[in-house]
Amino acid sequence: MDKPKTVKVLKFYPEKCDGCLACERACSQIHFKTDEGGEKSAIRILKDGKSYKMHVCDQRGLCLDMCPVGALTRKKNGVVWLDKETCIGCQACVGFCPIGAMKKSDARIEPFKCISCGACVRACPNGALELIEVKIDDIKEVVYHKQGA
Amino acid sequence: MVEGQIPIEEYKTVDTKHKWDLKKLRFAHRILFEYNYKKGELQRGYANRTLYINLTKGEIKEKKVTEDMKKKFTGGRGFGLKLLWDSIKPTTRWDSEENELIITTGPLCGTTQYPGSGKSLCLTVSPSTDIICDSNVGGFFGPYLKFAGFDAIEIQGKAKYDVVIVVDGEKGKITVETAPLEETNSHLLNEQLTHMYASEDTDKSRQKVSVVSAGKGAENSYWGCLNFSFYDIRRKLPRMKQAGRGGLGTVLRDKKIKGIVTKVEKFDGVSNNPADPVTLAKVGTKLHREVRDLDRHQCNMRAVGTVHLVEIMDEYDLLPTENYRFGSFPKASKIYSPEFFKHFTKIIPDGCWHGCTMACSKTVDGFTVMTGPYKGKKVTVDGPEYETVACCSNMSLWDPLWVLEFNFYCDTYGLDTISTGTAIAFYMEMYEYGILNKKRCNGLELCFGNGEAVLEFLHRIARGDNGEFISVAAKGVRRVKDWLIKSKRGAPQLINDCGMESKGLEYSEYVTKESLAMQGGYGLTLKGPQHDEAWLIFMDMVNNAIPTFEDKAEALHYFPMWRTWFGLNGLCKLPWNDIEPADNAETDEPAKVPEHVQNYVEYQNAMTGWNVDKEDLILQSERCYNWQRAMTVWMGRGRRKDDWIPYRSMGPVTEMEYLSREDRYDKQLVEKLGLSKKEVEKMSVEEKMKLLYNYRQDQYQKLADAVYYRRGWTPNGVPTPQKMKKLEMDDPEMLKMLQGKINEDEKAGLNVWGGKYGKGEKPPSIHPKYWEKW
Repeated sequence: MDKPKTVKVLKFYPEKCDGCLACERACSQIHFKTDEGGEKSAIRILKDGKSYKMHVCDQRGLCLDMCPVGALTRKKNGVVWLDKETCIGCQACVGFCPIGAMKKSDARIEPFKCISCGACVRACPNGALELIEVKIDDIKEVVYHKQGA
Repeated sequence: MVEGQIPIEEYKTVDTKHKWDLKKLRFAHRILFEYNYKKGELQRGYANRTLYINLTKGEIKEKKVTEDMKKKFTGGRGFGLKLLWDSIKPTTRWDSEENELIITTGPLCGTTQYPGSGKSLCLTVSPSTDIICDSNVGGFFGPYLKFAGFDAIEIQGKAKYDVVIVVDGEKGKITVETAPLEETNSHLLNEQLTHMYASEDTDKSRQKVSVVSAGKGAENSYWGCLNFSFYDIRRKLPRMKQAGRGGLGTVLRDKKIKGIVTKVEKFDGVSNNPADPVTLAKVGTKLHREVRDLDRHQCNMRAVGTVHLVEIMDEYDLLPTENYRFGSFPKASKIYSPEFFKHFTKIIPDGCWHGCTMACSKTVDGFTVMTGPYKGKKVTVDGPEYETVACCSNMSLWDPLWVLEFNFYCDTYGLDTISTGTAIAFYMEMYEYGILNKKRCNGLELCFGNGEAVLEFLHRIARGDNGEFISVAAKGVRRVKDWLIKSKRGAPQLINDCGMESKGLEYSEYVTKESLAMQGGYGLTLKGPQHDEAWLIFMDMVNNAIPTFEDKAEALHYFPMWRTWFGLNGLCKLPWNDIEPADNAETDEPAKVPEHVQNYVEYQNAMTGWNVDKEDLILQSERCYNWQRAMTVWMGRGRRKDDWIPYRSMGPVTEMEYLSREDRYDKQLVEKLGLSKKEVEKMSVEEKMKLLYNYRQDQYQKLADAVYYRRGWTPNGVPTPQKMKKLEMDDPEMLKMLQGKINEDEKAGLNVWGGKYGKGEKPPSIHPKYWEKW
């Protein structure tokens, strides 16, 4: 199988964002079939002074090597994917994600994450979100394994 | 292979591949008896029933777990003790018909969110000690047994032919079937049984099977361990963890069990049906983050596992070398953790149960076997762990490759590395003194450092060699001591002082000469000298945090109780204090790791829906701890004389040891025994050793006095009925038995304190029968 070389990740344009959170609502629709957004959204838009910032998975894939049951894989399109059916809810990926982008909602034991589906991009009325293609080698990160600090 | 992000299906080891004719193996099976059961859901961590199998009678039945049983025994090891109490007799020995092999789980076992939650607890009457031995172990078996529907499996009787026991959680069926053609040695048998019983020919399916087995070594020695498998979807083989201590594997093979297989259809993060999964995930994630951020600055468990201890122990003079004669050695740096780090496979989730991010279960993949029946094959070695490396330093083996060889064969033969290594180290010392020699060792040159001879010894055990030495030596230190003394091979005192066993069990791998509290941590234990009850060396020796007998006794109350608690719940102890919160040192009691204790309070409440606090956790343990001691008393042991420890664990047995640390011992003669420097200078080494000997022996007896008092036991070490009543462990039969034993001791004049108390010193109570005044 040819390994994917690129992956689409979200790019955020804070100057265009008005904090309406339509993206979060769209995302929670994907993951939990609800419009609640917030804790049930893989993308979070947070107030940053007068502006906004985005908090979402950047598909670096450090979590891939944390999963004991192989529920996390890189799909053909390069996206890091969590298979709910295989997941046993251990939260190792949640705990080890260096940017806290692997999300856990109280609604179920299995975590969830951004799959670069573009629902948020489509939902944004202001065009503040965009999916851009990046090389996996440029963003890839491997879980810490060295001896000593 | 330092690469990372390798797709699981593409991951490869360079191990020798096996092709099994599984159809042929399976075709030779004959079902002896079977039992269908109704599958049910777990409730708040409990399956609420246990499984009983009698191999002699061909009987399988379910036993109900009552609320009273949960209250008194909590689960895990506690349940094991309760089941044994109902089934064995005080005269039961390891090979008795009614002896049982019990594997239990515990209410928190099988949780995936909190690291270290997959332990099984195994109990039996041990061949080494003739009393109940408990041993905890990782691997998937315990969680799967519970998810298949049982809090414990209890096996009584013996089969006539080699059998496998299959607990099929998918079909709701237990079968006992003959298994004549399978291999016996674990690294092969576990692979065969995993492939045979997996529902589909996929790694995911194989990951839902776990096997318990013991190899050929377990058949022919008292050191048999149980190998618990956990299938690794990356390496594509069943790895294994060992329930090492006390000869559980010997009992398994005596019952003619080749393997116990359990499998599940499906499980997820809430298969235990916890009362509060949200809290569980929060507490677990908090610990995952601590491991992520702090492990590399603390223990390096994720990189090298428990082997990080080797250099620390060497530095503090605690690494046993040449049968515990020394605590450090110039060559020791050859087996420090960086040497093993080079060999370990990296960037793989190495937990022995899902979700353990501490991941201390390291392996060396593609290791080329150097000797014996598998010479030239490339295999995965599970480990080494600290204890195994330290066994090798004890035998003066300083080559990592020999450590791996020893580790591999001990595992696959089903031999406990600790007992095997400690015993061989003793034989080597006896060899050095001429008490043993090549002829007396059936041709083995068992001198320190001879790796070939060590491995040849293991191969001969596995082959069932019936040479006089091999047969006695495979039964361990205590039998060899008796044999050497009986056949007048050497001075009895030297032999008794050097052989590192207590209660018949070989010591685990720490030098305790300079820590009185840790001598108690090994001697004043239930099953024998294993560090899983207490590890107090740093508190005592390095930090001097528990200077008085009372302080030490308090530590020898609290820590054994605390550590027992892990075994009642199906947990691993490591995530408690082998990772510590960043601000732990600033807390009131850093040795207890208060924040993590609180985690466990929240964890047990979140699982069971109870409302317990940290004192309740200790109470849960105290109930079971005292019950186990009471059962030991019932079996005719559990008295002061049984808590005897060899002098090698207390001080220098030989002149060589004294002289190697002369300044330290001379100083103690001045500071602790009140001699003047001039007096010490004038004395011969022999005289100084004698004084130190008497002093340290008396210190140990005084410690025992203080500990028995703190635990609410008689001065002869018997739990009092009054104490048992306080703990609500008021089984009338048990109370009557204890009172009877106390009366016997009274008649024999044994209810007296053991220390010699001089001016200004006091025993723990002026009333030796203090409990009668409660």
